[in-house]
Amino acid sequence: MAYKIIASQCSGCSACEPECPNTAIREKGGTFVIDPSKCTECEGQYDSPQCVAVCPVDGCIKKV
Amino acid sequence: MSDSTAFISIEGLKKGRKALSEVQETAASGCGSTGGSGKSSCGSSAGPEDMPPEIWDKIKNHPCYSEEAHHHYARMHVAVAPACNIQCNYCNRKYDCSNESRPGVVSQKLTPDQAVKKVLAVASEIPQMTVLGIAGPGDALANPKKTFDTFRMLAEQAPDIKLCLSTNGLALPEMVDEICKYNIDHVTITINMVDPAVGEKIYPWIFWDHKRVTGYEAARILHEQQMKGLEMLTARGVLTKINSVLIPGINDEHLLEVNREVKKRGAFLHNIMPLISEPEHGTYFGLNGQRGPSAQELKAVQDACMGGANLMRHCRQCRADAVGLLGEDRSDEFTLDKIEQMEIVYDLDKRRAYQQSVEAERQAQHEAKEAALAASARDDGVDADMKVLIAVATEGHGKVNQHFGHATEFQIYEVSKAQATFVGHRRVDLYCQGGFGEDEQLPSIVSAINDCHAVLVSKIGACPRDELTAAGIEPVDRYAHEFIEKAALSWFAEYRQRIARGEITHQPRGDARIRQGAYTGGAEAAA
Repeated sequence: MAYKIIASQCSGCSACEPECPNTAIREKGGTFVIDPSKCTECEGQYDSPQCVAVCPVDGCIKKV
Repeated sequence: MSDSTAFISIEGLKKGRKALSEVQETAASGCGSTGGSGKSSCGSSAGPEDMPPEIWDKIKNHPCYSEEAHHHYARMHVAVAPACNIQCNYCNRKYDCSNESRPGVVSQKLTPDQAVKKVLAVASEIPQMTVLGIAGPGDALANPKKTFDTFRMLAEQAPDIKLCLSTNGLALPEMVDEICKYNIDHVTITINMVDPAVGEKIYPWIFWDHKRVTGYEAARILHEQQMKGLEMLTARGVLTKINSVLIPGINDEHLLEVNREVKKRGAFLHNIMPLISEPEHGTYFGLNGQRGPSAQELKAVQDACMGGANLMRHCRQCRADAVGLLGEDRSDEFTLDKIEQMEIVYDLDKRRAYQQSVEAERQAQHEAKEAALAASARDDGVDADMKVLIAVATEGHGKVNQHFGHATEFQIYEVSKAQATFVGHRRVDLYCQGGFGEDEQLPSIVSAINDCHAVLVSKIGACPRDELTAAGIEPVDRYAHEFIEKAALSWFAEYRQRIARGEITHQPRGDARIRQGAYTGGAEAAA
């Protein structure tokens, strides 16, 4: 299980990148992507997925 | 959102003003509230006689901190800070249009290395560029690494450029040490409220301590961080400017309280600016019908805050990547591709020499104003307290030097026998489109300066001249290339003589409309 950034929604603001406790997020062509093999959904780390909590675009980051 | 409660009663504002005068000034730094002539001192329109020399030294070449400087010196913003840690109802950072001029919007994000290159390119092309700010498009302090890397490199490579940043204040207290380390002596904090009950209508959420916090609690935390950050900066001697967005019906009267609270904590300047809100911006306010204030509503709140923290009235609500004098944007000349082609020679001596010539010009402007004031002092039998607003078309240098048809904004001056004071600006659509006038633009220009008795220009065509006259705004081109204050006072003296001779009667003017955001770049539209 992992989260995914919908590229068409991503504004490329980079807010999620430093918040990820697993360094699973990186820039790719102006928007950001989550490496599903690294994503833990912040389970056991935080109350809620950090990338979703900080993202300014509602619905941009979804569970897959 | 309903705008039924949006209008502020003047009575309400007077009440607030009385409360202001009762407040004890507790701030150790910052400025006194009255200058030599009883007007608000330092801040936007003050000069060297109104403040300690070390403070004047910090602001004299800063177009945002000194109204006088903004006619002569340019600033630039570099968009290295895209991330934000809060959401505001007036902001939608996804939206980007090259015709937009408002904070939070940007065309090209830069890395710190690219930003430094751009600053050096601009500094060598525009020697009057004295200030570099990081203002987003997100929050400078929500991107600390990018922000401070940029500042560190610039402090080494362009030591004469003043550094400043803008922040919402949430991360400010923990960053104060870092700010002082890079000698950043100007910090702008956006403070729209000092009461979380007001704040929760403006901020839907903040990201705080690894959680998204909403509602009253979010606004309370933000408020506490803002006040703490402001106090810490004041204690360290960093000059602060407080930006407040005037949102009719939400924080209009409340801004008097904001003014009082920030003054108490040593804020140097308070900049009350109109909400920019249209549905096409895609902001919560824009989509929900929240309107911005009219020119009179904005001025009423600004005037009611006089005597509190010093007001800035020359803010142009620049984009996060603006380049040039306030009111102009030359960022198109400095895109990454174009910078690559440029030969960049950072010549400190050349910059200093140019800035010295600017100082001579400033001195001449000041002297012209003093002479005109002395001349207007004599009794002419007309109401001595009469005040009017006039619009001025200028390309900078403090002079009436722009053709009516080339103006994308008019500067607004309030003129009386005793003073000619800059009180704001109005953005307009360009009238002249390649040699012929665009008649459908004229009504929107008239509505933008409808509260003015005259418009001072270097030149104007016959058609707009007639239409302005019909609308009751006198077009005036006989003061072309004079310094603005001198031209304004001379016109006013003449206006009073016409009243004294019974040729005209003085009529009050109506309200004016504040243009919402769109700023049609002068160069490309005129081409």
